[in-house]
Amino acid sequence: MSGIHDFTLASARDALKARKISAVELTNAHIDAIERLDGQLNSFITRTPDQAREAAKASDEALAKDEGGSLCGIPLGIKDLFCTNGVRTTAASKILGNFVPPYESTVTANLLKDGAVFLGKLNLDEFAMGSANLNSAFGPAVNPWKRKDSDAKLVPGGSSGGSAAAVAAGLVLGATGTDTGGSIRQPAAFTGIAGIKPTYGRCSRFGTIAFASSLDQAGPMARNLQDCAILLESMAGFDPRDSTSVDTPVPNYEASLKRGVKGLRVGIPKEYHVDGMPAEIEALWQQGMNWLRDAGAEIVEVSLPHTKYGLPTYYIAALAEASSNLARYDGVRFGERVSAPSLDGLYEASRAAGFGDEVKRRILIGTHVLSSGYYDAYYLRAQKVRTLIQQDFLKAFENVDVLLTPTAPSGAFAQDEKPSDPVQMYLNDVFTVPASMAGVPALSVPAGLDARGVPLGLQLIGKFFDEETLIAAGHAIEQAAAFHHRPTIHAGVSA
Amino acid sequence: MSYRITGSTGEWEIVVGLEVHAQVVSEAKLFSGASAEYGGEPNTHVSLVDAGFPGMLPVLNRECVAQAVRTGLGLEAEINLFSRFDRKNYFYADLPTGYQISQFAHPIIGQGKVLVDLADGSTREIGVTRLHLEQDAGKSIHDQDPTRSFIDLNRAGVALMEIVSEPDIRSPEEAGAYLRKLRQILRYIGTCDGNMEEGSMRADVNVSVRKPGETEYRTRCEIKNVNSIRFVMMAIEVEAQRQIEVWEAGGTVDQETRLFDHVRGETRSLRSKEDAHDYRYFPDPDLLPLVIEQSWVDELKAALPELPEAKRTRLEQEYGVSRYESSVLCVEQAIADFYETVAHGADARLAANWMLGDFFAALNRTGRSIEDSPVSAEGLRELLGLISDSTINGKIAKEVLEDMVETGDSASAIVERKGLRQVTDTGAIESAIREILAANSDKVEEYKGGKDKLFGFFVGQTMKAMKGKGNPALVNETLKKLLSE
Amino acid sequence: MSLDAKTVTRIARLARIGLQPEEVETLGKDMGSIIDWVEQLKEVDVTGVDPMIGTGLAKPRLREDRVTDGNCRDKVLSNAPEREGPFYTVPKVVE
Ligand SMILES: [Mg+2]
Ligand SMILES: [Zn+2]
Repeated sequence: MSGIHDFTLASARDALKARKISAVELTNAHIDAIERLDGQLNSFITRTPDQAREAAKASDEALAKDEGGSLCGIPLGIKDLFCTNGVRTTAASKILGNFVPPYESTVTANLLKDGAVFLGKLNLDEFAMGSANLNSAFGPAVNPWKRKDSDAKLVPGGSSGGSAAAVAAGLVLGATGTDTGGSIRQPAAFTGIAGIKPTYGRCSRFGTIAFASSLDQAGPMARNLQDCAILLESMAGFDPRDSTSVDTPVPNYEASLKRGVKGLRVGIPKEYHVDGMPAEIEALWQQGMNWLRDAGAEIVEVSLPHTKYGLPTYYIAALAEASSNLARYDGVRFGERVSAPSLDGLYEASRAAGFGDEVKRRILIGTHVLSSGYYDAYYLRAQKVRTLIQQDFLKAFENVDVLLTPTAPSGAFAQDEKPSDPVQMYLNDVFTVPASMAGVPALSVPAGLDARGVPLGLQLIGKFFDEETLIAAGHAIEQAAAFHHRPTIHAGVSA
Repeated sequence: MSYRITGSTGEWEIVVGLEVHAQVVSEAKLFSGASAEYGGEPNTHVSLVDAGFPGMLPVLNRECVAQAVRTGLGLEAEINLFSRFDRKNYFYADLPTGYQISQFAHPIIGQGKVLVDLADGSTREIGVTRLHLEQDAGKSIHDQDPTRSFIDLNRAGVALMEIVSEPDIRSPEEAGAYLRKLRQILRYIGTCDGNMEEGSMRADVNVSVRKPGETEYRTRCEIKNVNSIRFVMMAIEVEAQRQIEVWEAGGTVDQETRLFDHVRGETRSLRSKEDAHDYRYFPDPDLLPLVIEQSWVDELKAALPELPEAKRTRLEQEYGVSRYESSVLCVEQAIADFYETVAHGADARLAANWMLGDFFAALNRTGRSIEDSPVSAEGLRELLGLISDSTINGKIAKEVLEDMVETGDSASAIVERKGLRQVTDTGAIESAIREILAANSDKVEEYKGGKDKLFGFFVGQTMKAMKGKGNPALVNETLKKLLSE
Repeated sequence: MSLDAKTVTRIARLARIGLQPEEVETLGKDMGSIIDWVEQLKEVDVTGVDPMIGTGLAKPRLREDRVTDGNCRDKVLSNAPEREGPFYTVPKVVE
């Protein structure tokens, strides 16, 4: 007989519906786990146990009447980039101080409407800027996995590092993430969980704190793709308050798990064989091809010629937008304020004290690439290259249904192995960024462990709004990989 | 006659371009659902979108786009079916997001024109470079506290049309005429109320000077946010003077932004140069490009009201009013409508005369506008009818109009009440004249001796004796007859 | 190549981020290396390529002109670090 922490989101949902377990029990077990383990993980910035218990009680009442939505009574964690009505929202930045939004983001409102129970707000890189969750004003979130031979603290990836850590450690059944250049997929890979970055425009950006508006996309993170599918169906949908939201029906994603991959054409972008990629990543990728081939798919080599320009293009486009999006944090209407005798002094002091080093660096680069004399050479050129990158994908998808690549060029690294050169750090996102640039959907599924016992993920990239094929292909990998390893720190493992 | 300023080195010509910010008439703001209404308690016409809260996103208001298109049509301008919103990045206390959403690279309206009438009766065409939509900023209040400014965001996000003219203006008078004509067009179409006191129309004035005959423009200065037509004209004059003095002293004019101080009658530099602006415009990633359909533009065009120029021409043709009269009658739509109601079924020329004369005088005297005129168009028409059918004469009509303004009674009621019907009984007229002639036999002799001018004296005396009610034509006729006896 | 102190200071001024003197140098170095790295985009032939605006997926959409929001001063001022009655306050701005 398995324990309460062996539930996946889907099995918990079924158990709740069948009244085999109550929402209050389920929620309390997760609150206990957070209290027990989060001291080591620092995956939460703000915990909301009282609200969670109340929501769970309401869920039980609904379930007793055979009512309640698809997520009724399911305990979730929310990346602290989603504004939550009445609950402090920080973006992991000092500059937001004790910001308490008087409104709810559309994505979290959708989840609440479906009955989800929120356990609190999860750690991230400040303003989602980072790939290791080392850039948080609330301290780094820690990967619940350890290397076989070492007790060193590993990073959970970023920016949705707290979401990844909490899901992997069983502190929540699922979490929201946001992905601008890989911030769902890379941490999912680093922590041995699944994560989906939907098509740009699938999930509303309303009420989600912006990093780079033309790239930011919310998505689910959970232990497997079935759980992600259930979450995505709730999170997604047209929102008239977001001009970039796309008005197209949300399919039943969970049903697409059963589709299989027979006859599916899977593209392998040859440019993703980058120099210096570890052999075990290459091997895992090859393994992924074999799994899909064995399941009936056809493997086809494709070319995405502008792959190598993805990262520099991304950094120009994203940082330009960020420099403007973050101008509103000025100490006047909300957040941290450092007093000064002049208005400009107030701005400069508040922003100097409120933003962390990486955020400052990115704002300054973004400001530089937009400034007079540089706009054409940097920003405008990058937007043109972005067009070419998108065309690469559209062309490839004339020929194949999905693309298969590794999610990241390595497994999770230790906190003290962080490269000091920012460019080296950015290379973490080399495989995830191009799909973000093109706006196409992509996901990561756990596919194995590296030589040191740390999880590795495979990425699938799909056509616009074809998350279903992605989920079907991802599920084929899940089944073949049969990834049932657990991290060292996990709610189901007695300490 | 060209406008020239004489300096110590001779004559100078001025070159002026205007950037007018006109507040769009709409219920809600350009990108949020908050009210765009003027006034309101501080920070009440504000949504969290306007206040730039984290995660808030703009969604474009259809009516504001329609208003820009209508205005473009009124300026006979190109309507761009593709346009785009850019962010103009700068920090200011009343700019909550740290950027203004505007249309920099791709405005919704391209080149157009405004025909202006000058005092000497001539007409000039001033080119319009472009019109774009953008957000207004909030308001900083500086006079409530010694060390702090207070911020009210009620206007933050209200839609503005920025209408940029070509540097075609050559005198303060032309600038004033341009602004009046632009305001007239906007008010006709209903896209801006043109109320400069409430700031719904403000002008940035670009001024430079040059010697007559020079073909290049010299450096210009921009005078920001001038809020009345009179001040625009004054600002141009003093700024041109200043620049001429700088040039004539051997200096150079620096391109800069200046403020007009109407109390001291001077312009002052607004920003120091080391704090140069770099607005870092780029396409707003929260908004899609704005694509509109030609069919929609056509619909908006078909629904446009008659514009001032067309109305003037029609009034001149239909009612035979003069070019000058048509300009006055068409200043506002309401006046033209009033006139047409009066002229409908009355003597149109007489109606124009009366409107421009006694009727406007009555409005002025009572401080009323055409919308709440103390005399209705139908009432005025009735009065004019009484003149035309000889019930009363023109002089009595003036008295009746005054009574109408005061009592609100109808013209015929007043005529009856006061017994003002004109006397057309020739017998009564003849006996009144005979009495006058008998009492002034000396003047009759002088008249007969050749002093023709005395005829007016006899008319006046007769009318006085008849309490003004004599039919003027009959009085004249009878007088002539009796004087030649 | 490292960005010089004058450039870093100018950019920081535009972005209204106050910098300590020692930050100027490190930032100049970091920013310089990132700028050098993105220079590689110069090798891409972008002749005739339109710049991307968004991802081109959503259809242009316009809001009806109705007052649906506002009248929520308490919310608007709920997080103000400093306010006076119905206003936000800032250090006096002299024009
Ligand atoms: Mg201007
Ligand atoms: Zn403007």
